[in-house]
Amino acid sequence: MTQLDVTCREFVEFLDDYVAGALVGDRLASFNDHLAACPSCVAYMKTYRDAVRMGKAALAPSSEPVPAEVPEDLVRAILLARVRG
Amino acid sequence: MTAEIPFLARLREGDATAYETLVRSHGPRMLSLTRRLLRNEADARDALQEAFLSAFKAIARFQGDSQLSTWLHRIALNAALQRLRTRKRLAEESIEELLPAFLEDGHHARHPPEWLAPADALLERREVREIVRTAIDRLPEGYRTVLLLRDIEALDTAAVAELLQITENLVKVRLHRARQALRTLLEPCFRRGNY
Repeated sequence: MTQLDVTCREFVEFLDDYVAGALVGDRLASFNDHLAACPSCVAYMKTYRDAVRMGKAALAPSSEPVPAEVPEDLVRAILLARVRG
Repeated sequence: MTAEIPFLARLREGDATAYETLVRSHGPRMLSLTRRLLRNEADARDALQEAFLSAFKAIARFQGDSQLSTWLHRIALNAALQRLRTRKRLAEESIEELLPAFLEDGHHARHPPEWLAPADALLERREVREIVRTAIDRLPEGYRTVLLLRDIEALDTAAVAELLQITENLVKVRLHRARQALRTLLEPCFRRGNY
């Protein structure tokens, strides 16, 4: 953290908005200034982005192939439940 | 959509063969969704069954405004969310201990360690995906659900708020906290020198 207005706590609190490009004007400038002077927030932001990317990749629909079919006993149970109402 | 009209007519007439076709053709993708959200085979199967029963009851009201697959996906999503709500585990667990700590003056309490490699490089290792999945499973349920819906199912904030019946602001807060907590949980695994 520097003598600038934005603290590490505030930077992290609004990190989602910052990385999403939702900050503008003086506020964005303050956050940029903070980041330029704070190695801890640089490291935090980098690993935060990595965590988000890894979360998306690890559970992405494409990472788990769609099963070729629904297990036969489950198909039967579903159709039977329909008949029974 | 037009191609689905005769099939929909058969469903509305109660054609048993059409119902079986519906389950066999759309069931796999719906089961994949419920497995992804629930991470428990028994719950995923139950949610799929509940989803189909809901769809069977509602088929007469389905107007064909969307594709049948889209409509069924939404029903499966709701069934999985309903099951998540009934889960007691971790439901109201605090996430505070997984959020970063700061000193009174607002500095980080400790310098966040660098990770040994960028995410893309780490993800090339098969076991890494399982480590990440396990970490996501450890998130308190209310946060994990928002993370899954926003980051995995790619729903927008408004859609998640509507599904979970919470405010959009709360969706944003929970998503950010879930991402921070996920980062905290992954740090011991991937910090330089620990993998």
